[in-house]
Amino acid sequence: MAFSNEQLTRYSRHIILKEFGIKGQKKLSRGSVLIVGAGGLGSPAALYLAAAGVGRIGIVDADDVDLSNLQRQIIHGTDDIGRPKADSARAGMLAVNPETEVRAVRAFLNAGNIMDIIRDYDFIIDGTDNFPAKFLINDACVLSGKAFSHAGILRFSGQLTTYVPGRGACYRCIFKEPPPPEAVPTCRQAGVIGALAGVVGSLQAMEAVKYLAGIGEVLAGALLTYDALTTAFRKIALPRRDDCAVCGAHPSITAPVDYAQAACDLTA
Amino acid sequence: MTLTVAGTPKEYPDGINLTRLIELEKVETPMYVTVALNDAFVESGGFEAAVLKDGDTVEFLYFMGGGR
Repeated sequence: MAFSNEQLTRYSRHIILKEFGIKGQKKLSRGSVLIVGAGGLGSPAALYLAAAGVGRIGIVDADDVDLSNLQRQIIHGTDDIGRPKADSARAGMLAVNPETEVRAVRAFLNAGNIMDIIRDYDFIIDGTDNFPAKFLINDACVLSGKAFSHAGILRFSGQLTTYVPGRGACYRCIFKEPPPPEAVPTCRQAGVIGALAGVVGSLQAMEAVKYLAGIGEVLAGALLTYDALTTAFRKIALPRRDDCAVCGAHPSITAPVDYAQAACDLTA
Repeated sequence: MTLTVAGTPKEYPDGINLTRLIELEKVETPMYVTVALNDAFVESGGFEAAVLKDGDTVEFLYFMGGGR
């Protein structure tokens, strides 16, 4: 596959990077990323990945754009209020880069549909806002041997890790199972600063770019934490649990699991 | 004794266990925090028995569920 002159210009700042080059750009254009959640994390991730020239991007979200989203969900505009987020995000990505193939999936992921939905993608980005979804994505990716980026944000703090099959801990190695509904604060109850979502969602996009292009080191086997108030980034080495219920030596979880979802998360 | 907690070395009373450290550090939602002691996870039922010694490294990993 050869790039057109217009494409060479569009991606020139990538191509000029000696570690990335035309080879990296080709890998991106042949690559695919599924972004789950067109929200605070998914918005910057989607915009950067579309702009970067990732060949195919899927965006999953069952909700509509709400006024309270716009403080951080930068792929949506005021005119998009009431519109399905997946459609609004698709339009946002195509506006940045019409060459990217974008599939909007207006659905909630569940144990019954997740394996089919992630099958067609090389890398998954977890931009969801609740623990049942985070565990569901982790388990489905581990079970189907897919790399994915986990991230979580709350108030002024964020965390990030990348799971690569066979390379270090999965999300369930760190947190064995979801906390009971309401046991730990959610963004809706506790708040979240908008630019934090931009920082962490952009880090997720960067992980996807490195993974697809095969450059550098992805954040496997470590948890990156970010405290926006003190501008402190920390990379914490993560041990893998040999007895992890999904990625361990003798897994008890062999198919995706639906956990009960806190009612307040359904419309977050 | 000196413990390195969340990357910062600090002085603590000798012989405290993880349960006490969690209190001293005012860990939010202590029931749901994951603890790594010297790069190994400690099961939540094992905090009381985990007596800390000089030079230990402790990380608290918190559930962070937001994203949208």
